Amino acid sequence: MTPGQRRWIFLAAIAGLGAFCLWGLAGLPGFGNYPGPYGNVINRIAVAQTNATGVVSTVNFEYRGFDTVGEEFILFVAATGVAVVLRHLRGERERKPRGGMDDATDEGRGVPATSSAVRMVALIMTGPTVVMGWWVASHAQTSPSGGFQGGVVLATAFILIYLAGQFLAFERVSPADVTDAVEAIGAGGFAAVGLTAVAMGLPYLSNFLGLGSTPGAVSSSGTIALISFFVGLEVGAAFILIVSELLDQTLLIRQGSQ
Amino acid sequence: MTPGHALAVVTPYTVPTGLMDVLQVTVLVLVAAGATAVVLTRSPIRQAIVLSVYGILLAVLFLVFQAPDVTLSELTVGAVALPVMLLLALAKVSGRQK
Repeated sequence: MTPGQRRWIFLAAIAGLGAFCLWGLAGLPGFGNYPGPYGNVINRIAVAQTNATGVVSTVNFEYRGFDTVGEEFILFVAATGVAVVLRHLRGERERKPRGGMDDATDEGRGVPATSSAVRMVALIMTGPTVVMGWWVASHAQTSPSGGFQGGVVLATAFILIYLAGQFLAFERVSPADVTDAVEAIGAGGFAAVGLTAVAMGLPYLSNFLGLGSTPGAVSSSGTIALISFFVGLEVGAAFILIVSELLDQTLLIRQGSQ
Repeated sequence: MTPGHALAVVTPYTVPTGLMDVLQVTVLVLVAAGATAVVLTRSPIRQAIVLSVYGILLAVLFLVFQAPDVTLSELTVGAVALPVMLLLALAKVSGRQK
């Protein structure tokens, strides 16, 4: 096929795709139009039913909690997949780690060492990041936060420790065994909350804890806060696991053939 | 009155509709420019950084369109987690090519 023919096929395809897109756009409902009844129903009843003012979390962990269990296990399986794919293969050998980001490439590249400014900022940010991660993970019931976001923020704190120049410190504060266990506890905890409801004779994932008396209080909302906590554990540990597997690959392991 | 407006609440912090429209259009244009910048960046390492900035732009977009929960997710995943994993993968690949 000559370049000229390819160009004509491309132009015909892009014209067709463009026409379809314009046709679709012309048929869209107006900007901000919301036809369905469910959102309005949820807005009316959610706070009264659960005492949680973070209605998005209420939907995620309560009304469609069963879907969220599945989504949580998607991440769990993804992290497991990364761990399996990046396992030590025959012929790979570990290098001795020396320091931080300057180890990310081979010595021949002459990459400058991590600057003291980066180390300083990373160290300063680590503590506040942990606090913010826990805050976000534990306030799903009162704000538009939740376990997922909080978990990723928590994992970021561990990445900051690594950025501060301490790969060994990163390994020490997040040993693989502990990270694996925390991830399993997080994933299993969510499912266990649902099964506890079943054991009490209620439908799976029913909110069996006391809802508290004050809508919007941190202690209110029953299982919503508990599930968010478990999701935070699972997501934080999963991200730490994935990043540490990638760091192992990058910093420690070299192909034996090299 | 449409169902969507039935729940609108006016608070001291409510932004006037006209100003909100300007804000939304501005952020949409910025996101389009950011996406173009990501595609046009040739060096993969630079691209990861530009992608991170694009993640922040998307987060602002979600905030302006009243989805603060998606904003938090996009900030953590799009602006931090994804670029970090890309940079680590790039470091690994560049080490292997030697």
